[in-house]
Amino acid sequence: MIRQLKECLKVNMYNEAVHLVRFLSDLVNCHVIAAPSMVAMFENFVSVTQEEDVPQVRCDWYMFAFLSSLPWVGKELYEKKDAEMDRLLSQAESYLKRRQKIHVPMLQVWTADKPHPQEEYLDCLWSQIQKLKKDRWQERHILRPYLAFDSVLCEALQHNLPPFTPPPHTEDSVYPMPRVIFRMFDYTDDPEGPVMPGSHSVERFVIEENLHCIIKSHWKERKTCAAQLLSYPGNNKIPLNYHIVEVIFAELFQLPSPPHIEVMYTTLLIELCKLQPGSLPQVLAQATEMLYMRLDTMNTTCVDRFINWFSHHLSNFQFRWSWEDWSDCLTQDLEKPKPKFVREVLEKCMRLSYHQRIIDIVPASFSVLSPANPVCIYKYGDESNRSLPGYTVALCLTIAIKNKASNDEIFSILKDVPNPNQDDDDGEGFTFNPLKIEVFVQTLLHLAAKSFSHSFSALAKFHEVFKTLAESDEGKLHVLRVVYEVWKNHPQMIAVLVDKMIRTQIVDCAAVANWIFSSELAHDFTRFYIWEILHSTIRKMNKHVLKIHKELEETKARLARQHKRRDSDDDDDDDDRSTDREDGPLEEQIERLQEKVESAQSEQKNLFLVIFQRFIMLLTEHLVRCETGGIDVFTPWYKSCIERLQQIFLQHHQIIQQYMVTLENLLFTAELDHHILAVFQQFCALQA
Amino acid sequence: MSFGGTLSILRSDSYAELSQYRDQHFRGTRYDQERLLRKSCTLYVGNLSFYTTEEQIHELFGKSGDIKKVIMGLDKVKKTACGFCFVEYYARGDAENAMRYINGTRLDDRIIRTDWDAGFKEGRQYGRGRSGGQVRDEYRQDYDAGRGGYGKTVQCQ
Repeated sequence: MIRQLKECLKVNMYNEAVHLVRFLSDLVNCHVIAAPSMVAMFENFVSVTQEEDVPQVRCDWYMFAFLSSLPWVGKELYEKKDAEMDRLLSQAESYLKRRQKIHVPMLQVWTADKPHPQEEYLDCLWSQIQKLKKDRWQERHILRPYLAFDSVLCEALQHNLPPFTPPPHTEDSVYPMPRVIFRMFDYTDDPEGPVMPGSHSVERFVIEENLHCIIKSHWKERKTCAAQLLSYPGNNKIPLNYHIVEVIFAELFQLPSPPHIEVMYTTLLIELCKLQPGSLPQVLAQATEMLYMRLDTMNTTCVDRFINWFSHHLSNFQFRWSWEDWSDCLTQDLEKPKPKFVREVLEKCMRLSYHQRIIDIVPASFSVLSPANPVCIYKYGDESNRSLPGYTVALCLTIAIKNKASNDEIFSILKDVPNPNQDDDDGEGFTFNPLKIEVFVQTLLHLAAKSFSHSFSALAKFHEVFKTLAESDEGKLHVLRVVYEVWKNHPQMIAVLVDKMIRTQIVDCAAVANWIFSSELAHDFTRFYIWEILHSTIRKMNKHVLKIHKELEETKARLARQHKRRDSDDDDDDDDRSTDREDGPLEEQIERLQEKVESAQSEQKNLFLVIFQRFIMLLTEHLVRCETGGIDVFTPWYKSCIERLQQIFLQHHQIIQQYMVTLENLLFTAELDHHILAVFQQFCALQA
Repeated sequence: MSFGGTLSILRSDSYAELSQYRDQHFRGTRYDQERLLRKSCTLYVGNLSFYTTEEQIHELFGKSGDIKKVIMGLDKVKKTACGFCFVEYYARGDAENAMRYINGTRLDDRIIRTDWDAGFKEGRQYGRGRSGGQVRDEYRQDYDAGRGGYGKTVQCQ
């Protein structure tokens, strides 16, 4: 098992390693393993904190593995080796005091400390262990079946653990991310039921660990998971429903990312409501209310997840909710977190139903927060618009498209559109002509407005026209602008169109990034759908790079196999020319793929640089304006914007790690305003 | 490494498994069909209301991953929605998550059902019932407001 532990650590399987350590700890409790040898192993763990030039997250894990085993085996170890344990604990204390915690604000769900502080996970665990020690290691929650057999077990032959040297830190070592402990309930929230263990009690730690473990074991089987959670032992001594809800939200809101796909938690909560219809829905409603009350200080990314969860949940329960309870948000500025949350929830609810349904489910007073009717806005639609430039061409185009015109016919109709930008054309008429783009895109999208499928067909049919009109960077940007103008009432349509246009290479990812930060979109900049589009764009870019990389590796592997086959056929004539000919096509392919990978990686890097650059420009502008105007920096817009910047770092941290040097030297330099620089520094501290 | 490997419960993924249903119109052997089902990225979605839109389907099924295509099921005669559709993902993992977390939940207030599909082929978007809709709507006895009221056989009585 020691060997398995080492193997786990070498391949970065830290969860499994922690379970192994705990299992070994319980073996000490069963008198299978001699306590002093376990203490020796823990001494080796703690000594990792003395290593030089290693990331803090490495020391953190070993400290966590040691401390988190103590609820199980602390008593036994202390009884046998109290002096050594005291020494270990004081070493732990001094490590915890000196470790840096710059990363913590980036991982906190709320920026406020009330009613529950969002503690860094090792700090919380340390408080819990200290309390456990004060209670003389009495821990009553863990199931200890071996106690019943103590008289037999203590007679058994004990074994010593072989000495364990932690595997050294390598370039490839990736340690678990630090965490913040999510708390939303305490004993005051369920005054009728059993008392909820305090935040620094070891029982709280053990319950939470076990519930997280159940989810980790059964996440693929929602019915089993729900049943296992609800049948957690001791469920009459603790307010189990509250613990379950808290643990689920802890995972859902975890930063950088939830351990499992978000939709799993929605469905799991629905299963739990089905199994406990008399009690769990009430706890969930209570939790929702609490989360709503604390929206002002909730991290924007977490608010996104709350919006997605709540709207999807409601769609399974006929959208029944006591909206009037939230009328306080109606008197607030629409950009404030509470009204903003309600608006976004209603918009998402509409996407899962239809506009009139939403109007019907909310009180009349909420109409100011209701989503717009998702209709298309066609600027050439009305006769009254006939004075608009391009109107006649739009009419012409409409008729042509309805008559199944070809791309060539479209081109010839568009030739008649004057270019407001320049006096001379290059004869072909294919320089950037915003009016041409406007007339074509407006008309086509209007004709195809009936459904997503209609619009996708339109994009496919007239792909050539799109590619030509959007050839330049300005062209791409303008196409996006027109899409927005036509569909600004239907953000969902904008998102799917942008997705399709990237996938069919009508626009590229950088164009989308520039469009999102453009002044035309400033009004919608803090709306949820904008960030869904941006993150979806980044993900497509990332997947594209991975795909080509995979192709390259596969082709290299094919070449290697070919060489191997040839080498093993040493009976055949070694004709150098024929082997070269065999290798030729594959080698060419590899060279081409290599170029493709490099170009894709360069595009990917450029995308992130553009995004960061635009954030810096936008935030700096705001900060300067506030400073010179003497106004407070922390407007709702600013909080949203800076947290969106954080979100870029957190959601794509693995890729961004590659660019640290460039970011430090080029963008996040010392001259930058400290507000913005702090975000970068917190990010650096995450894996430092 | 075999952590918990002996406990098959921990490996269980029953929601993502193939059901008993096999498309009788499939051109090929049972073996071919099952091979395609096991690597498919396409799901059949049933028990939709006739009024459920592509947009609603896209929103719900988008929660398990990026959707490549949604194909609405149509009445063969009327060419209107008849309560089923196909959802194709780019990645099988995303389709598996839909089977695990979207199957058996509500869309448009109805519990919908998803199942693996061997892959869309032209013609499969049409209902196979005699009246043009789905077979299940031919013979059912109950009244379902979202699916044209009574079953066709009942309506003709």
